[in-house]
Amino acid sequence: MTNMRCSVSETLLDLDCEATVQAISAQLKETIVRFRRRGAVVAVSGGVDSAVCLALAAHAIGPERVLALLLPERESSPDSERLAREVIAVLGVPYERHDITAALEGLGCYRARDEAICHLIPEYTTGWRNNLVITGGLSGQFNHFHLVAAGPDGRRVQCRLGLREYLQIVAATNFKQRTRKAMEYYHADRLNYVVIGTPNRLEYDQGFFVKNGDGAADIKPIAQLYKTQVYALARYMQLPDEIVASTPTSDTYSLPQEQESFYFALPYQHLDVALWHVENGRAPGELADVLGIDEEAAVRIYADIAAKRRTTRYLHEPPVLLAAGG
Amino acid sequence: MTDIKSNVRAYISENFLMGLKDSVINDDTSFLDIGIIDSTGVIELITYLEESYGITVEDVEMTPENLDSLSAIESYISRKTMARAAAV
Repeated sequence: MTNMRCSVSETLLDLDCEATVQAISAQLKETIVRFRRRGAVVAVSGGVDSAVCLALAAHAIGPERVLALLLPERESSPDSERLAREVIAVLGVPYERHDITAALEGLGCYRARDEAICHLIPEYTTGWRNNLVITGGLSGQFNHFHLVAAGPDGRRVQCRLGLREYLQIVAATNFKQRTRKAMEYYHADRLNYVVIGTPNRLEYDQGFFVKNGDGAADIKPIAQLYKTQVYALARYMQLPDEIVASTPTSDTYSLPQEQESFYFALPYQHLDVALWHVENGRAPGELADVLGIDEEAAVRIYADIAAKRRTTRYLHEPPVLLAAGG
Repeated sequence: MTDIKSNVRAYISENFLMGLKDSVINDDTSFLDIGIIDSTGVIELITYLEESYGITVEDVEMTPENLDSLSAIESYISRKTMARAAAV
């Protein structure tokens, strides 16, 4: 999967960055005014999506009306905070930092997750790290998750997750996104601001978010942009080189993890192009030509995109209001 | 072996559909096509099959060819149990 014809993908996803920044900024400002709020809160992770959202908000309403939040916990990568601080400094946005570790301990996040891990890996204890890896979809199998754990001595264990352990690990880990969102809304309420959500088109379409966690927001300014286009905007807005050159990570589990292995199963550049083909009604054969893969592999990519949409449809659903009796 | 299909049909009807729509599950109905099973549901179904039939579903066996209809499941379980019996 390394021989993608880059010129084709760049053409497909080409973006007029100046016009895009102006259009998003105008809509951001108009929406904030319509909501009768006075500014915007953006949680900054150190990744390109939140960095671009912060830059767009600062451009739209002025940096003084934006509050950036650093919300690390004990398993966050120190690099994430360093990069977040860098982009905040470049943009001149006020910020606050809250370590959410104590809140997560109080909620039982780490304990519940580790309890589930210990069902599968009894030797898992303090000092071990973990993550989840999605697998199957591109091999014609049903998507399923493997648990990966690494001990302090470098020992590595990987096993398929059963239903109970999978659900408990995900449920416990989702406390992280939901606790962050609670902090974002605390500050938004305190300041009469809106909360900016940072999903890009891939994450939004494929359901890579936590319902009422990072999926919750008042405005999602880049949800219509492919990840490739988000990087293009980051370059255009002259965000720090290290962010512009970064590989997307989840920074949710304690073992380092790229989004590609955690959820998407393809590099974002390829998945952007694949999603574009699906959305524009192109045949798998056309995708195969662009990516330089055989048609059977392209068909599996289409199936994987459809499977993730199906599985995560519920995440997009608003609360259902039932009809009165009769 | 007809018990496999009726057992799995009853399991899906009871656990995934809570008694609704059970009439649409014919022997060759694709669970994916009618949208009653997603990837979490597949894990749930596999757990049921492993516990009920004493088999281990390997990763490479987690395919629609083995698990996407009652007929496919019956055929798959039959192959697995025969292989196990032959190995004893």
